[in-house]
Formats: sequence, structure tokens, C-alpha cells
Amino acid sequence: MIAGEQHAKGALLPGVVAVALTTAYLIALLAVEKQPLIIGLLALAIAAVLAANWLGWLAPVSRSFADREEPLAGLAIAAAFAVAVFFHDDHFVLLLVCTVLLYTVATLGLNIQFGYAGVLNFAGASFFGIGAYTSAVFNAHTAVPHLLVLLIGGLIAALIGSLLLLPVLRTRGHYAALVTIAFALLLKTFLEVNDVLGGPQGLQVKGMKIFGWSFNDNIEIGKISLSFYWSYFVVSMLLLIGAFILVRRLERSWIGLNLDALRLDETAANCFGLDVARWKITAFTLGNFLIGMAGALFGMIGGFVAPNNYTFADSLLLVSILLLGGIGNPWGLVVATVIVVVVPEKLQTIQEYRFLLYALLVIMVLLFRPEGLLPRPVRRYFPGWRP
Amino acid sequence: MTTTMTASTPLLEARGLTRKFGGVVALDRLDLAIERNEILGLIGPNGSGKTTFFNVATGIYRADAGHITFDGVETTGATSRAIYRAGVSRTFQRSRLSLPLSIFDNVMIGNHKRLNQGLWFNLVRRRAFKREFETNYHAARTLIEVFEPQLAGRMFEPVAGLPMIDRRRIEICRALISQPKLLLLDEPSAGMTHEETTALMDDILQIRTLNKNLAIVIVEHEMGVIERITDRCAVLNFGRKIAEGPYRQVAADRQVQEAYLGVA
Repeated sequence: MIAGEQHAKGALLPGVVAVALTTAYLIALLAVEKQPLIIGLLALAIAAVLAANWLGWLAPVSRSFADREEPLAGLAIAAAFAVAVFFHDDHFVLLLVCTVLLYTVATLGLNIQFGYAGVLNFAGASFFGIGAYTSAVFNAHTAVPHLLVLLIGGLIAALIGSLLLLPVLRTRGHYAALVTIAFALLLKTFLEVNDVLGGPQGLQVKGMKIFGWSFNDNIEIGKISLSFYWSYFVVSMLLLIGAFILVRRLERSWIGLNLDALRLDETAANCFGLDVARWKITAFTLGNFLIGMAGALFGMIGGFVAPNNYTFADSLLLVSILLLGGIGNPWGLVVATVIVVVVPEKLQTIQEYRFLLYALLVIMVLLFRPEGLLPRPVRRYFPGWRP
Repeated sequence: MTTTMTASTPLLEARGLTRKFGGVVALDRLDLAIERNEILGLIGPNGSGKTTFFNVATGIYRADAGHITFDGVETTGATSRAIYRAGVSRTFQRSRLSLPLSIFDNVMIGNHKRLNQGLWFNLVRRRAFKREFETNYHAARTLIEVFEPQLAGRMFEPVAGLPMIDRRRIEICRALISQPKLLLLDEPSAGMTHEETTALMDDILQIRTLNKNLAIVIVEHEMGVIERITDRCAVLNFGRKIAEGPYRQVAADRQVQEAYLGVA
């Protein structure tokens, strides 16, 4: 690339083709039940991506996404709806789709913390769980509107996270990560011995209700019956869209620049007036808020929350999504979450070994593509903007 | 700061400045004044306390004793942030750019105090943010054009791919974008060829003609550079000032020659 400012604006078409192909592939993968066929489809995907990479077809796609993000994001949302329409009465697939959406929201939160501010959080699943417990308690004992409970779930996660602020600010790198691991273990033990919150058995979470309309009933439109997960799908999608826009705007602002600056060189950042503590707190709190909101909704969808649902292993899973997708690139997180959540569910034969496979996958990525599947591009404050 | 300073007060004044690292006295009761608008060369053998002085003056290290005033205000013990806000900018001995970030991003890090840092402004008021972004884009571009017009066309490329001289230029632009009153340059020629150093010094002299209110302190081992661009020199040895004056006078000083050549 000579003279970065002069290169032509990326075309829309490669992005559109990529989204369309991915959607068709996802529908096929989700529809197929036979194990050999699934293995065949997965092999096909790997071969196709490698071939496209070799033929140089991936570069126009990433340019397309870089310069035409808004129409392509709209298309991606439409694609998700297409998947949901195709599987409109399939509880299992729709639950899987909701899981993908909410895990993406959670990793977007982790991305603000680790990807931008460099604060490694190994307690992601704990904050997710805090959101779910919030739903359980509020839905059972209060009449707070359930959409508001989502917000409260995020706020409580952020609030409990602020207990960690002092140790996180006073330590750096690995030590800060250790603090979050300790917190995850403490929280799990606390929940297990605390009878008010159900102890090891956990709590039931009442399903979502908006304006007296219960989300846990199937929806009948004429002769078509939609799975009750459809309403949850819509709310999860809205949450993801909100989180995505927030993360995007954050990155493409002076705040995103501040976070990058303090991650890359705290001393230099200090010498140019940056309040390192303020921005670390902002990133950590905002990240936990997103994770908590996602957890609160996930709790309502699952209908149940227990200490064992949100363990250190699940936190590692969230971090591995971040590493796999490409630290700092929200699109990468979407792709990585789909892979990490959908593949083991479909490939029942590997269920037992899934953590082994995640570990292998992460090691492979770190060895051969350390920036992740979709590396983060250089910041453009307004994509397609020309001086 | 409501009082206007008379021209006679120095811009920065250090009195009895002391900093120890264990048993090593890096700065030993140093007295040093930097006048407004001057280019001061800070020279001395390795380990004589030049970089330590920069680090104490910019709040990275605390002084163990002594005082510093900047622009008539006491800044002893102030944080790096406060000192930057007061109008002191610096470059580092070993380049401290954020390599994965673009040229524009790196320059903007230096402009922190003049950018609106509000959450609401940054996340919600995108139109207003865009106006601020455009203003700053043009400011950064104009500044970089003074140094290297070619770089101005590559504002959104990562710094990682650039040669050392361009990185130094960007580092200096990062320090200059906020229009400081005092610029501290720590060995700007380190790691560069003779020709590159000459080119960079021409750039610095040009900056001086554009901004008459800027004082510069430069730490440098290349005496040709010091002779050419400084108005005045201060020589440090073992954390103390052993000579002060125009380069020729200082270079002829017996004590200075001893410090450099090790003559007993």
C-alpha cells in the first residue's frame, strides 16, 4: 500500500458475498445431524478458508469490512435473523444462537478490558454469573421490569468488579491477572456456602416478561409456531447491537486512543498527561457492565443459575475466544464465538474433549497467527473518511 | 497563573536538586536555569545525570532534595501529568512510540490535554467529535509536513514500518503538538547516521523559527550538533554542574576536558 490516504475505497461486494456464504454455511451446519456429515462440513470450511487465503480473496473482504462497515453490519444482522427464521421452531438451535450472541457481548466486554486497556480479566465467567444471580434474585423477589433487571445485572457486576480495582491498579501484568483468578475462586466458594443464594444447588431464574407478555410461551402467528426462544433471540440481538456500537465508538474515539496508549507504554502515557488509573477504571467497569448484562439475560434464558455454571474454565473459554478472534477486533470476536460455541455442540463426539481442543486451537493460533483469525486493523476514526 | 512573568525569570529553575539511587548520587545539589526561548545543550559523560535530570524535571522520579520551579510555579514533586499540563514535553532516549498505532494516533497521544476526554462527548456526540478530529488531523498534518512532507500522506499507517529517523520525527511531533513552552530532547540522534542527524537538527531549527516561545533542552553526545544548534551549554559530571556558557567557551574549559577525557 503506497500512500495510505489515496487508496480506493473498498468495494461492498466482497463483504456481501462473504456474509452470504457464511450464513448459508451456518444454516447447513446447524441443520445437519449426522456426525460424518458435520465432520465433512467442518473440513470443508477449513479447506475453503485456507484456499481463499491462498488465492488472496480474504484481503478484499477485510477491506470491504473496513470501509463499508455500516451496510455490512446491517447485512450481518439480517443474516442472523435469516438463521433464526430458518430454525423458527427449533429450540435447540435458537438457544445455541442466543448463547453465541450473549457470549459475544461478554467477550466484547473483555475486549475493552484486555484488548484495549491491557487489563487481563480471568474472572469473566464470574461477572457473567453475577449478572445471572442478579436476574434470579430480582425476578423472584421484586417487581422490577425485566429489561431494567438486565441493566441492574450489568451495574452490579460493575460494582462488585470495583472491589477489584485497587489490587488491579496496584499490580501490573501477570499479577493483576492473578488477582482476578483469586477473585473467581473466592466468589465460587462464597456462592457455594451461601444458602441465601441457593448454595451449590443454585437458584431458579424466572423467565423474562415484558408488559405482561411472558417470553417462556411459544409464539403463534397464524399457522406458524415460533419457539419461545425467538423473543430471547430478539432481545439478545438488540443487546449485541448496542454493545457492538458502544465498543466501536469507544475504539474510534480519544478514549480508545487513551486505552491503547496506556496498554502499550504506561510511562509515556503518563508523560503526556494521561490519567492511567482513571482510564483503567473506565475500561474495567465498562467491560464488567457488558459482561454482567449478558449474564443477566443468559440467566433468564437458561432459567437456572448455580456456582458450577460459571467456573474458572468458563472464564478461560471467554479469554480463548478473545485470543482466537483477534484481540481488539469485534468482528473477529463474532467469528470466534461462533466457532467456540457451535462446533462442540454439533460435534457430539468431541464434547468430552472440548477443552483439550480449545487449548490446541489457542496454541495453534498463538504459534501461527498470533494476532488472531481477524487481526485488528489500524484505527480509523471514521471509516472511509478522506481529508 | 495570573501574574505575567518578567523576562528575567528563568523558564525552569532547579535549585539544589538531588536524586540518589541507593548509594549512587545521580544528581548532586544541581543548580540549573533554563531561560525562555533558548536552546540549551546538556552535556556530560555517561552517567553524569542528564537523563535523571529530565526524569526528575518531568516527574517520573521524585527529587530527594531541592526545588524546581517552572514558569514561576513550584513543580517539585508534581506528577508527570501536571508537569505536562503546565507545558513541558519530552522525547525519550530509547524511542517510546506506540508501534502498532498509526502516525496520527501517536501524535495525538501528545495532544491529550487539548482533546475533549469526556465519555459523553466521545461516545454520543459523534458530530462534535468529528469536528474536533478534523481540526486535529489538520494540525497534526501541518506539523508533520514541517519535518517530512512524505509522512503527511501516510497518517494512518502504523509507526512500526517506519525507519528510525521518521520515528524520531514523529516523537518530536508528539512532543510539539500541544505547543509546550519547554521541549526536552533526550539524545535525538541516537541510532541515526550522521546525515540523518543533520537533517533532524535542521528540522528542529525550523521549528524554532516557527515557534519563538519555545525553549529547548537537548541532551546530545554529538558535539557537532551541540555546537551548531545550541545558544548555551551546561556540563554535568557526577550529577553536578561543572561548567556553563557558550559551547566554545565550555569546550575549552579544563575541568570539562578532564571529565570527558579522564585526564587526572
